[in-house]
Amino acid sequence: MYKYDEYDQQMVDTRVEEFRDQVRRRLAGDLTEDQFKPLRLQNGLYLQLHAYMLRVAVPYGTLNSEQMTVLGDIADKYDRGYGHFTTRTNIQYNWIKLEDTPDALADLAKVEMHAIQTSGNCIRNISSDQYAGASADEVVDPRPYAELLRQWSSFHPEFLVLPRKFKIAVIASETDRAAMRLHDIGIQLVKDAQGQVGAVFYVGGGMGRTPFIAKKIREFVPIDQMITYAEACVRVYNRYGRRDNKYKARIKILVHELGLEAYSKEVDEEFAHLLTQPIEPPLAELERIQAMFADPAFETGLSDEIELSDPDFRLWVERNSFAHKAPGYAIANVSLKPIGGIPGDATSDQIRLMARLAKDYSFDELRVTHAQNIVFPHVKKSDLFALWQELVKADLATPNLDTVGDIIACPGLDYCALANARSIPVAQKISERFGSARRQAEIGELKLKISGCINACGHHHAGHIGILGVDKKGKENYQLLLGGSEGADTSLAKITGPGFDEDGVVDATEKAIEVYLANKQGDERFLDTYRRIGMAPFKEAIYG
Amino acid sequence: MKIVTGNDLKSGAVIWWTGVGWSLDVNNAADTGEQGAKIIAREEGVQNVVGAYVIDAEKDENGVRPLHIKERIRALGPTVRPDLTLKPSDPQAVNWVI
Repeated sequence: MYKYDEYDQQMVDTRVEEFRDQVRRRLAGDLTEDQFKPLRLQNGLYLQLHAYMLRVAVPYGTLNSEQMTVLGDIADKYDRGYGHFTTRTNIQYNWIKLEDTPDALADLAKVEMHAIQTSGNCIRNISSDQYAGASADEVVDPRPYAELLRQWSSFHPEFLVLPRKFKIAVIASETDRAAMRLHDIGIQLVKDAQGQVGAVFYVGGGMGRTPFIAKKIREFVPIDQMITYAEACVRVYNRYGRRDNKYKARIKILVHELGLEAYSKEVDEEFAHLLTQPIEPPLAELERIQAMFADPAFETGLSDEIELSDPDFRLWVERNSFAHKAPGYAIANVSLKPIGGIPGDATSDQIRLMARLAKDYSFDELRVTHAQNIVFPHVKKSDLFALWQELVKADLATPNLDTVGDIIACPGLDYCALANARSIPVAQKISERFGSARRQAEIGELKLKISGCINACGHHHAGHIGILGVDKKGKENYQLLLGGSEGADTSLAKITGPGFDEDGVVDATEKAIEVYLANKQGDERFLDTYRRIGMAPFKEAIYG
Repeated sequence: MKIVTGNDLKSGAVIWWTGVGWSLDVNNAADTGEQGAKIIAREEGVQNVVGAYVIDAEKDENGVRPLHIKERIRALGPTVRPDLTLKPSDPQAVNWVI
């Protein structure tokens, strides 16, 4: 894992003290809310529906057990005993007091954490593949490249006031587990025929009210030009992105309105100019970072056999574990989606337990996923049973990864000031209706995503089944969408038709699943069947 | 009726203008008539409240009920965590929101 150097630590410590003074001035009346708001947002502090909300960054979703322990402690010390893991692989606390925020940030700084890049019109927390450094299918570990991008983008003086927020994802596998093509910039690390690492760049993706899939703009950027090329992409956006209308200010709109060719031409010119400037970090810096992401000391000669006589354990292994690159190891996923639970929420005790389990079983490492789950990336297969038993006791062993119960849901109108409808109660009802292991096994992989407003924090555009909550004359109304995907086969879901009330959308979801089960061929997933037979049979069943 | 709501500057808690001060309980909210903007300007100016605004509500024998669901959720608390609402011992409290 990356370890702060003196500059990193000094930057974060200084930022905490700066914010402490800003809070003091606000409470003393020396700053108005209009003056203070941009300052608190730059430190991850929002004012939400019920209280202040603090969003803490988990860069590329990676953290160690000490950091995870502090996240649990903050939930107890400054909040109400729980935290919410988000689709940007961050964690947010819903009940933070303004006067406590500097102390919470100081606690975070002690373990090399912060709330920078979690709000405002800057480059946000870089996201990546939650299986980075562990899966067999990656070309390289993408995290050092994500870290390099984090260092480049943090406090970048040119990009602190972009037209709108800006999100970057970095992956290094053909299998996209980070929704890479639904980012402002998506980077896929690849190797060329000579084995040299380079970056495929995609631009102009995003969800929100106007969803777009990012378009490939450059087939291969040599790795010693990656930052320069990223700088060119963002510079052109910063220059031409619209500032007159926040709903049209994202780079996706610029790329769409200019066209990829024209945008690309501008980037090429900027890139050529920047190559004459010494802005690319030396490769030695990348190598310094890479050294911190060296593989842990995997044992050799381990067996790949797992004793699976316990049927519940077997189900969990089959559903929630993933192949590891090292023989005798597995990647273990913790679903934060218990049946009828609140997607992404974890209590302080659960957070601290996962921290301890990471220390005991996973070389001190955890990952947060964009699907609001937690990963132990390096678990000996012979330890899986002991790990599972501990998870069971804490209600963290639900075997539902990537099934209908593994729902992504934004906080919705229960917490969010921007939301139009509640997301969580819909997720809970669907989870309960399809909660049985038999039912989930019958349905197989089905990614269901719920947003409580058009901002799409719940990624409804990318759901095999997506649900969008809207306000219809003061009442909650839910639109049903089908056919989205955030994987390598990224697609945007299409709306089925008129919306429903809360119970109605759960019934409509069940009808859609019944159509799938009646029509599936062989091993088809819901998405495969939908793509083969189209929308019509689903609409007929739902509205006919 | 018109009532004024906002968040407490220090804690962020949802608060309601009572006519003489601020309360955590929407039932204590006063009808501010056309005075909302003036109250907000004064109270924000002295750092008592942040993000204040006027909303529509109705009052009956059960108390004050904001007309919009968003404000009812603000008044009660998250419907998915009854233990964190202002009425944690009332299992029916969520029905008031919906």
